[in-house]
Amino acid sequence: MAAKEVKVYSTPTCPWCRKAKQWLDANKIPYTDFNVAQDHAARDEMVKKSSQTAVPTIFIDGEIVVGFNEPVLKEKLGIK
Amino acid sequence: MTAAVYAARKRLDAVLISKDLGGQPMWAGRIENYMGYQYIEGFELMSKFEEQVKQFPLEQKIGPQAISVIRIDGGFGVTTDGGEKFQAKAVIVASGKRPRQLGVPGEEQFKGKGVTYCSVCDGPVFSGQKVAVIGGGNAALEAIDDMVKIAEHVYVVSVTPFTGDQILVERVRAAGNMTEFLEHEVLSISGDKLVNGIEIRDLKSREKKKLDLSGIFVEIGLSPNSELVKGLAALNAQGEIVVNCRNETDVPGLFAAGDVTNVPEKQIVISAGEGAKAALQAHKYLQRL
Repeated sequence: MAAKEVKVYSTPTCPWCRKAKQWLDANKIPYTDFNVAQDHAARDEMVKKSSQTAVPTIFIDGEIVVGFNEPVLKEKLGIK
Repeated sequence: MTAAVYAARKRLDAVLISKDLGGQPMWAGRIENYMGYQYIEGFELMSKFEEQVKQFPLEQKIGPQAISVIRIDGGFGVTTDGGEKFQAKAVIVASGKRPRQLGVPGEEQFKGKGVTYCSVCDGPVFSGQKVAVIGGGNAALEAIDDMVKIAEHVYVVSVTPFTGDQILVERVRAAGNMTEFLEHEVLSISGDKLVNGIEIRDLKSREKKKLDLSGIFVEIGLSPNSELVKGLAALNAQGEIVVNCRNETDVPGLFAAGDVTNVPEKQIVISAGEGAKAALQAHKYLQRL
């Protein structure tokens, strides 16, 4: 099965963003991280596509997960 | 988490149920008063707590949130928001506090869509935009201090004059991109898909005003997460679970610890100690059965 495309929209000051990225690293899930505090184009894309402003916002093959929610991430990424 | 460690070390058949691990300390920046660390970030300290819990063979249900505790024959029934049910002879509630809500029209609808309770996390998302910070205490002033550096303009709406530290008041006033609406209340939050405005009212003149903005940071204190035992255990006027020095509620077998209780002083070191005490008392209670 091809790896799913994972994009993380985060801010450097947000603890749940750090937690989410640590969790992805620990589970060896490659992802692209967008720092929306500096990258305003990424911020606008996040807000436009997800219609919300909270971080972390995680796109998994286009599906949106807001916040660090381990059970949901596991389900979407097929991790047992 | 401390209660879980103590329960595991007493070899109790326990399950830890929590929406997340870390709670309020996750948002704390510098912590300089947790013994053993001269300086540690809240995130790092909570990661260490989590590692410590994980070294014990204790069942963990992280993600679901316990929403009700009821008395059943021989103990208690606990139900989660996902509908999962657990039975136990004793329960320790250590559910902490959460940011208090305004309770105005539009708040629920626009939560996460411009309305936020964490300026540390979501603040940078609003760089270059107009925002409002609601509240006048130290938490609000810290949020204002963060936001004046990154937002185009910051409106401050508070039902009271500033009640936080004068040094912070002076600092935010010096920023030059803040407008104060003190002794004003929030009437409603408006928007389309996302927040686009807020209606406020002067408490003295009763004059209403609409402000165009895209972010609202609510910093008006904390509420205890005690709803799960409402009607079962006694709560005080603030909604905190009333416990004695043994962490016992007025219901035998139901214990509570930390910020969700009426224990004076809400501090990480105190909550951790209370969690330990509650687990040891629960162990004694089970031995007496």
